[in-house]
Amino acid sequence: MINLENVAFSYGGGNLLSEVSLRLAPGSFHFLTGPSGAGKSTFLKLCYGELAATTGRVTLFDRDVTSLNRDEIALTRRRIGVVHQDCQFLDHLPLLANVGLPLTVADKPLVQSDVMDLLTWVGLDKLTGALPPSLSGGERQRAALARAVIMGPDVILADEPTGNLDWEMSLRLLTLLTELNRMGKTILIATHDLNLIRQAKSLVAIRVLRISKRRLQLAGADL
Amino acid sequence: MNLLPAFLTEPQGGVVPPSGPTAWLTTATAAAMAFLAVFALALSIASGRLADRWASALDRSATVRISAPEGQMDLQTAAVLEVLATTPGIASARALDQSEQQKLLEPWFGPDLPLGDLPLPQLVEITEGPEGYDRQSLRLRLTGEAPGAVLDDHTRWRAPLADAAARLRALAYTCVLLIGGAMAAMITLATRAALAANAQVIKVLRLVGAKDTFIARAFVRRFTLRAAAGAALGTAFGMEAIYLLPAQDAAGGFLTGLGFQGAGWLLPLLLPPLAALVAFIATRTAAMANLRRLP
Repeated sequence: MINLENVAFSYGGGNLLSEVSLRLAPGSFHFLTGPSGAGKSTFLKLCYGELAATTGRVTLFDRDVTSLNRDEIALTRRRIGVVHQDCQFLDHLPLLANVGLPLTVADKPLVQSDVMDLLTWVGLDKLTGALPPSLSGGERQRAALARAVIMGPDVILADEPTGNLDWEMSLRLLTLLTELNRMGKTILIATHDLNLIRQAKSLVAIRVLRISKRRLQLAGADL
Repeated sequence: MNLLPAFLTEPQGGVVPPSGPTAWLTTATAAAMAFLAVFALALSIASGRLADRWASALDRSATVRISAPEGQMDLQTAAVLEVLATTPGIASARALDQSEQQKLLEPWFGPDLPLGDLPLPQLVEITEGPEGYDRQSLRLRLTGEAPGAVLDDHTRWRAPLADAAARLRALAYTCVLLIGGAMAAMITLATRAALAANAQVIKVLRLVGAKDTFIARAFVRRFTLRAAAGAALGTAFGMEAIYLLPAQDAAGGFLTGLGFQGAGWLLPLLLPPLAALVAFIATRTAAMANLRRLP
């Protein structure tokens, strides 16, 4: 689904990532961990084509990302649900419209009952008319997850989805993600919350990757 | 060809927030441009009409001016008429009477001029036949038969007048083009400003899978409709102003003839759709160019 081969990425002068290789198999559940600034967000951005690798090859759904034109990148992103660290909502639109935004931009009809089902799943069915700035951190993250899955994507990427949440809310979000994985979705979560990873291990089979010294490593039993 | 309607369809859900009061600037500028364009159009049409009028009035006509001592004026006039009557290519010739000559001088000296007291030349009006006449030989014959007669075929008047009218018309068309260009530039700047102001919105739309055409559509539609509405307003005011100008018959001068006649009144109605087209092309080009620079 998503394949990175010997990928390097540099901002300006220095390398942030180098010799990174990863194959996200269908239905797999990965965690990506590492200290702040290690390049977790950059890694995720490479996975949905927001950033282009400096060297190496990124393949999204068997297509080299460098061969995709702008429209094809847009179409590819519809197959990848992303939960951004800062959620990335349109603050002037109510929650219902924000969650349905991927349908809107795909010129697909926004069926309210479908969006409502998703909002009920994430426990936000009472807040359909609320504007994003009025939502709490946990509500925003759950809304972002609902938006990420509304197009029925094959892959879900989440960047520090529990960064601003209390433990109870983090577990709730993790439960939603494991449910999606059981439905066959491929999941990759970037987080520095080791407790969350340990909790996930008890729920589902996961692989934990760590970015250390610019390289991607498979994390061991120390977690 | 379905590109235009597709771009004018509002994307669902109002994904781009309302622009606020600055939106009126586009409408107001389009209105001002259209107002000016109406005048430029009126000027081009009036100068074209003037050129035609001068050409038709002076073409195929000439004047013989006879300056002779009082006792010889009638003799020389008769001689001139005789010469003209026997000149091939001249359809008709007649001497203007005193009242006609007075009318010609009235705009400069007023209606109470005592013509009989002034040593004015006698004018003979010539209408040229379709085959034309030989001006050089006519001048020679007139010199022989009536020494005080001078043939004026209006050439030295007609050429600069026609040239001036043609230049005036070209200037007016240039004005219309410049107005269109200025409007396109203004809308391009406004589009870029709107895109910059909505950078975060555009980023989110791209992240959730929006194509550039979808994003551009929201901006193109807004600017096209604003330009069309503003141009319609400016055109209406411009046409009203032209309509309220003094009638041409009242004074007969060029400035009072600045206006539209008959079907010419339909011409300014093309301005709003043209402004919309200019806005559509300018906005789409600017939006697509800007969006291509984003990841």
